[in-house]
Amino acid sequence: MKPRHKKMAIIALSVTALTSAAILVLNVFQSNLVFFFSPTQVAANEAPVGKSFRIGGIVEEGSLKRIDNSTTIAFAVTDTSEAIQVVYTGILPDLFKEGKGVVAQGKIADDGIFYADEVLAKHDENYMPPEAASALEQAAKAQKASLIQQEQ
Amino acid sequence: MSINWYKYASPASFYFLAGKMIPFFSVAAVIFLVVGLYIGFFVAPTDFQQGEAYRIIFIHVPAAWMSMFLYLVMAFWAGIGLAFNTRLSSMVATAIAPTGAMFTFLALWTGAWWGKPMWGTWWVWDARLTSELILLFLYIGFMSLQAAIDDPRRADKAGAIIALVGVVNIPIIYFSVQWWNTLHQGASVSLTQSPKMATTMLAGMLIMSLAAWMYSIVMVLMRTRVIILERERHTAWVAELKGATR
Repeated sequence: MKPRHKKMAIIALSVTALTSAAILVLNVFQSNLVFFFSPTQVAANEAPVGKSFRIGGIVEEGSLKRIDNSTTIAFAVTDTSEAIQVVYTGILPDLFKEGKGVVAQGKIADDGIFYADEVLAKHDENYMPPEAASALEQAAKAQKASLIQQEQ
Repeated sequence: MSINWYKYASPASFYFLAGKMIPFFSVAAVIFLVVGLYIGFFVAPTDFQQGEAYRIIFIHVPAAWMSMFLYLVMAFWAGIGLAFNTRLSSMVATAIAPTGAMFTFLALWTGAWWGKPMWGTWWVWDARLTSELILLFLYIGFMSLQAAIDDPRRADKAGAIIALVGVVNIPIIYFSVQWWNTLHQGASVSLTQSPKMATTMLAGMLIMSLAAWMYSIVMVLMRTRVIILERERHTAWVAELKGATR
């Protein structure tokens, strides 16, 4: 083996070793790098018990209530299959809305309600002018209406 | 006619070639920047959910793309320098690092400014933000390691190893939004799917990316020229150059 080839072999070997190490580390991370849990995961008891954690999902349509004219609000976070009741006191980000993404940090109390001490908005990756957005919404509504008609 | 490409692997000929290329890329950078910013601020429509605040995307996304791409280019040239002992490749890798670090910082900084009004926080430790911060540390580590070693050839080798190890972080940054739950949203523009942006918004962002490319090329060429002069200062051609400018 020429020294140059030997050197190349050493480099190739160390790159392989490092890559496999990285893959192993990633595998371990996989279980710890969870930024938030979905309501389904919480329902399946995958979220930590008695400790603070984050839940993420969509603010359920029609679930948002302001309690006694205060800054305390209650809403449900859903991933369409499960939903969790959340109570929060404080300032909400501008993008917080029913039907939009949300990530809340807090604890689940014994009454099953998630008391959040931080609420963040998670927006999607779509960017378009408001006219296009409302056109899409109209189209979706029309499609839904025609589907209902067909069923009847 | 065949061009002898190997000629340009010599620092001396590259020095003069780079000198000729810089003006073209500088002009291109200014044109793309002006057109990109004009589209970004005056042509692109308001966003349906984020209003005007989304316009930071025209800086944020090109900077983030560039931060990852420059790292790959840096690691590539550092690796070539390590494997084939070519001096110029290592010099180019060294020249790329500060620009890469600058774009990484810009991506993190504009991201924080964007995160506060939209998400409600400057910073969260989600996978996307954390891995991009690690990228900044990798650039800083590469630069400080090279600065700490006096012998340039040894500095090149040590730097190359850091650069190559760090490559593993690039797919982590890119795919973090798919692999894990993150506060950061998924990709609006990718190779496999049609863009999830209005056309003028996309155009502005792509032109700003071209501006970032041109700017990077100019900076890297300029910095490489300085590194060449510094390392070749004892050679005849540099002495001749010095004599000519006096």
